[in-house]
Amino acid sequence: MDVILFTFFALVAIVGAVSLVLQKHPISSALSLVSVMVALAVLFLLLGAEFIAAAQLVVYSGAIMVLFVFVIMLLNAGAERESRKGGLAQFLGLPLTAILLVFASYVITQSMSNAKAVKFGAFTGGGPREVGWELFTRYLLPFEVTSILILIAIAGAVVLARKEID
Amino acid sequence: MDFILLSILKTAIAAPVLLGTLAYLVWIERKVLAHVQLRMGPSRVGPHGLLQPIADAIKLLTKEDFIPSYVNHVYYWLAPWLALMFAVTAISVLPVGPIVEIFGVKTNMGQADISIGLLLILGLTGMGVYGIALAGWSSNNKYSLLGGLRSSAQMISYELPMALAIASPLLIVNSLNLREIVNGQAGHVFGIIPNWNAIGGLQIFSFIIYLICAFAETNRIPFDLPEAENELVSGYNTEYSSMKFAAFFMAEYANIITACSVATTLFLGGWHPIIPNELGGQFIPTLICFFFAGVLFYHALNPARPSDRLSMGVIGAIILGLGLLFQVPVVKELAQPLFWFASKAGFLIFVFIWVRGTVPRFRYDQLMRFAWLVLFPAALLNLLLTAFVVAAKSN
Repeated sequence: MDVILFTFFALVAIVGAVSLVLQKHPISSALSLVSVMVALAVLFLLLGAEFIAAAQLVVYSGAIMVLFVFVIMLLNAGAERESRKGGLAQFLGLPLTAILLVFASYVITQSMSNAKAVKFGAFTGGGPREVGWELFTRYLLPFEVTSILILIAIAGAVVLARKEID
Repeated sequence: MDFILLSILKTAIAAPVLLGTLAYLVWIERKVLAHVQLRMGPSRVGPHGLLQPIADAIKLLTKEDFIPSYVNHVYYWLAPWLALMFAVTAISVLPVGPIVEIFGVKTNMGQADISIGLLLILGLTGMGVYGIALAGWSSNNKYSLLGGLRSSAQMISYELPMALAIASPLLIVNSLNLREIVNGQAGHVFGIIPNWNAIGGLQIFSFIIYLICAFAETNRIPFDLPEAENELVSGYNTEYSSMKFAAFFMAEYANIITACSVATTLFLGGWHPIIPNELGGQFIPTLICFFFAGVLFYHALNPARPSDRLSMGVIGAIILGLGLLFQVPVVKELAQPLFWFASKAGFLIFVFIWVRGTVPRFRYDQLMRFAWLVLFPAALLNLLLTAFVVAAKSN
């Protein structure tokens, strides 16, 4: 059952990711990304990280992607027109991508040679309590630094938007 | 019993009940609104218009499904079912009663009992906005587009104070599992005041903030700008007809039921009685039923219309029987929690309808200003105070 679910949602994620690049219309691309996010949430859930799964659903597909769709709708962006056929990229694109993927998987398998196969449901440290505990003890400094970074980004966005209005 | 079989059985009970409630909620809303505005409401189809939902369903099913030529077909088809799907699935994690034992089978009264139930509801209801936004966009019509835009902006804005309002009772209960949240509100302060988060837990402000945000999230008056009739024809669903329109309609009502049930679970103690059972709380459902039966019998004896003599009498007898059912030993375990949950959620749904009959619609800039300048700081302050109190108590 777990393997079937994993295969299905992994396929959904991959198809969504490919369709994100291939789609001509920005709305279709955004919705492909949403399907990737949802599939990833289910994969997290299968691994036993239920809080990450819920956060993925609430934050990424429920808030950030809604904002994307909102902006696309607001700007009324149409389907993109095909520019000139990129001569070299057309022939070298796929082989280079394949080489990159092979290289990346090689590096990952080499650097984590002692990794074992995943047992679905074996990991139990993914609840909100465990995640919160880790965030506020072991990763306190990175967590606080990130929050300050986000605060600066918000302030920056406000400053930039205000300049535009004036 | 097998887990899958049990789940199918529960779904087979819950799904018709939910759909029936959805259909009759429309009737209740029209009746209540009518009485708020000193009208009769639906009264032609069946006694007191009771068959109106069925007539509506037949009308919507048989109506021509007109699709304008200029729509984006894929998303136009997808949008209503997306909205309905997320609205209905969110209900699956709500517990309506404690863990009970029926014929030797121990089970929880609710579909799924998962550790992140509340987060899942937030996630699923957050996804529901895609249905409305896509409907507005794919209709290729400026009114629909404006409706969809308003809806997504409104949803994002009101989700923030809503999440903050939800967070403060969670600090008190210290769990995300809906069953544990309800169980954390069991008992009574000083033996009489219910220990619910909204009352005994002193979370009345977050309860009010949550309710206001729920109005906005479900696109209800006074925040129903996505479908403001006098500006946008009908907003995002302007180009929809037949069953696709009905899907949006059902999604809206399903969202109301979810929002009210979540409020009941989080703030009003779920299935726990308002008066402790030792002081006679278990007799309240029966007494309420007897009261309504008495009112109906009075009207049957003094009929305003000739048909009332029969209809009021029969309904009164049914309600009387229902009242006695709450005291039958085995049924009691199931019926009492169900009564408390349904009556609390039902009262909140009544408030939704009541507000629709009383409060006028906001202007769009007022809506946004209210969310960001009033609700958000208030929810933040409330969360901060709650955090301090919880921290002081635990030390």
